[in-house]
Amino acid sequence: MKQENENQKVRIPFDVIALLVLLVLTFALLSAYPEKRDPVTAVFASYLLEMMLILPAVMVIMGLFSVFVSDKAVVKHLGQSSGMRGFFTALFFGSLPTGPLYVAFPMASAMLSKGARISNIVVFLSAWACIKMPQELVELQFLGPEFMVARLILTIIFVGLMGIIIEWVHG
Amino acid sequence: MAYRYQKCDLMIDTSLFINAFALISLVYAYHHDRERTKEALIKTANSFIHIMPTILAIIVFIGLLLGLIPPARISMLIGEQSGINAVMMVAVIGSFLHIPALISFPLTASLLDAGATVTIAAVFITTLTMVGMVTLPLEIREMGRKMALLRNGISFCIAIMIALIMGMIL
Repeated sequence: MKQENENQKVRIPFDVIALLVLLVLTFALLSAYPEKRDPVTAVFASYLLEMMLILPAVMVIMGLFSVFVSDKAVVKHLGQSSGMRGFFTALFFGSLPTGPLYVAFPMASAMLSKGARISNIVVFLSAWACIKMPQELVELQFLGPEFMVARLILTIIFVGLMGIIIEWVHG
Repeated sequence: MAYRYQKCDLMIDTSLFINAFALISLVYAYHHDRERTKEALIKTANSFIHIMPTILAIIVFIGLLLGLIPPARISMLIGEQSGINAVMMVAVIGSFLHIPALISFPLTASLLDAGATVTIAAVFITTLTMVGMVTLPLEIREMGRKMALLRNGISFCIAIMIALIMGMIL
């Protein structure tokens, strides 16, 4: 318990320190260039507003999924399916709103050892990394529908190809 | 510059849609299972607090990037005049940076605001999320060296292809 606390003490402050350093730097720069004060604050305020409009909602969606969809269910469903169905199952479970990529590595390796197809695991990891549903919502907000849809479709096509290539090379 | 600022009304619509979706999910989950919904909300609050410093830092950084540096200078580096070298440079940066995906979208949007091309924005976001040099040791340990190197290497290549195609169609 005590060790856990110490670990947290080491881990949390890094981003806090980064933020403080950045703030000090910002104040220094803005006192050196007072004419830049308004543009910098305006950009900061508009991005902060845009982020706060969606972030709580996105994180609520992620929190709900992480509690209601268990890792075991994902491993079970994905281990069983094959062919086109396997591809879409991998895509679907990969894009469910749960956790960062490094959470998916142990799941993927467990599924591989249970005999899941390599191509499906590659698709699962890639979908997890770059087309997760809450991320797509943030992308829609910040980059617009054309950008989001184009990237989504291209990613699905290329990730499918990558799965086939890796399975072929890996044997 | 124009790519994002035309879309102001749409952004409000998007955030309305996301919030409505979250609210409906929440009500549905609460009816389904109160205890687990509470657990989920506590989890959400925790990760929200944890992610805040990073988010604020990135937004301050965006403020400095867009407010302080003359747009002409940024767009010289990653704008219309920049070539394939700029795309490669951004792809390498995206592969090495390790920031939460949720925050990488506003960061990418700030590049577009600063005059970056769609290709640059797409290659940045795709390498940022798919290629992870920081998490590579962990991936090698879990998935094996061959698989991890193949996945990251091929992801790097397809990120560039996706970006070039997006640059052509958008």
